Amino acid sequence: MKIAIASGKGGTGKTTLSTNLASFFAGKQDVALIDLDVEEPNSGLFITGELVHSEDKHKMIPVWDKEKCTFCGRCQQVCHFHAIISLGTQIMVFPELCHSCYACSELCPTNALPMDFRKMGELKHWKEGSLSFIESRLDIGQEQAVPLIAQTLTYVAENFSADNILLFDAPPGTSCPVIEATKDADFVILVTEPTPFGLHDLKLAVETMQELKKQFGVVINRYGIGNDEVIDYCHKNGIDILAKFPNDRRIAELYSRGELVYEKFPEFRKQLELVADYISNLQQGGGK
Amino acid sequence: MKEIVIISGKGGTGKTSITAAYAMLGGEEVIVADCDVDAADMHLLLQPDWAYAEDFYSGQLAGIAEEKCLHCGKCARICRFKAIDLIDGKYQVNNLNCEGCGYCHYACPADAIIMEEQNVGKFYISRTKAANSLVHAKLKIGAENSGKLVAKVKKEAKRLAEEQNSRYIIVDGSPGIGCPVVSSLSGADYVVLVTEPTVSGLHDLRRVYQLVKKFHIAAGCIINKADLNTEVTAEIREFLKEEKIDHIMDIPYDEAFTKAMTLGKTIVEYKGTNLESRISESWILLKKILRSEK
Repeated sequence: MKIAIASGKGGTGKTTLSTNLASFFAGKQDVALIDLDVEEPNSGLFITGELVHSEDKHKMIPVWDKEKCTFCGRCQQVCHFHAIISLGTQIMVFPELCHSCYACSELCPTNALPMDFRKMGELKHWKEGSLSFIESRLDIGQEQAVPLIAQTLTYVAENFSADNILLFDAPPGTSCPVIEATKDADFVILVTEPTPFGLHDLKLAVETMQELKKQFGVVINRYGIGNDEVIDYCHKNGIDILAKFPNDRRIAELYSRGELVYEKFPEFRKQLELVADYISNLQQGGGK
Repeated sequence: MKEIVIISGKGGTGKTSITAAYAMLGGEEVIVADCDVDAADMHLLLQPDWAYAEDFYSGQLAGIAEEKCLHCGKCARICRFKAIDLIDGKYQVNNLNCEGCGYCHYACPADAIIMEEQNVGKFYISRTKAANSLVHAKLKIGAENSGKLVAKVKKEAKRLAEEQNSRYIIVDGSPGIGCPVVSSLSGADYVVLVTEPTVSGLHDLRRVYQLVKKFHIAAGCIINKADLNTEVTAEIREFLKEEKIDHIMDIPYDEAFTKAMTLGKTIVEYKGTNLESRISESWILLKKILRSEK
């Protein structure tokens, strides 16, 4: 069962929910938490374990072979991302802009642009008891998160059975990295806060999930602050609200220190159990 | 004219609330650019008039003309994004997977694949209640090229600033370190990093600052919710000192930000908090720093 935890707006509590939920499930069954916010991965600040695997992740980029090049300019012409420029006597490749489509390489009439590996980030896998934690981290300066997210999903598919609970901590927003992180999920939890920013960005996230034809539900964080418009919106649109985590400075303080909240905060735990029950119900085929 | 980019690495640290406050305080001196095109929220506080709208086209998607298709399957074989599938005997493009690279278009022996420019969103130029102009945008759901839309928003803001002889462009950036952030940093004069004293806030600040350094742009930092965790705040201060980042201001943890937002107000319009004077001070200090930067 693949559950993605996403949000339109950043800082609404995706990581808090992901890490607490993973730890909570781990007390009962096998669970994996996968941090797909590869630009700013934070789950590892809350979850520890023994490092069981670590690897560099690469993308493929063309490398210019001067000897074979006839300077025909075909490569520059076919590259839609301006990642390759023909300067007459020199070909320049801009790896950060390259989407690894292979067009320049395979359309080159003289095979002067073979593809080669270029490091874009790292994947690490930790384990503690029944909890596996996987984090991928994009190298600074790399602009594209999508290829690293895609490779991380491949690693997860190769190493975990879909019978386990797999929790994916997604990046914020609604553009390509979020699509990549949620498109294979069985269910998406959208985390929001009951404020105008929260509501505005929740609507965008809901539209995104509808476009992807995903089943989804909402978790409200910092409940008690702001207003009731998020709740009204969910009711009007028939969206399940899985839980409402209270607004409390003490929760923010625990989070600030990198601590899990549910062990120390009964009201938070109660809400977390609601989310866990909802997921268990889905897993047993009780979903809508 | 100086371009100030406000980013944070981590989301939800208060970028937009602070940028909106500066927009209010700056008034006619500033042009505001909302470059968090994925989740643009600035309009909720500045109440723009949406006076001018324009479609934004960027990137392409492949489309297969069935009548020309030879069903050779070459396109599906060469596509590295698994964007072409054989469905009911027809080769079809999965728009969500298509990167718009055009390889299939060039490789198709029957010229059956056409690349179409995509409408990826809209950008707007508005007057706001702060008596200045706001350039903002809406990216279509799941659209690519948010970096290019960011570049467009910035370009329009720059054009307006020149036209109106504005002193500052203030740019609200997006979270993360990827393409929209890189795009918002290009050409900036100064970066304001808004952070919070949480382990995540500091972790993300360090990463985004490594990116800022690659651009050789001077930076200052605002520590929001500074009293939430005094130990982490001390660590952040230490980091700022090491990296020679200007420490602009500490702002205490205060739910007034959310209360003001709920009323559609910037924090400097909201009565019942003493934050206004602090934010005003930080704006004056920021302007002073910018004057001393060459």
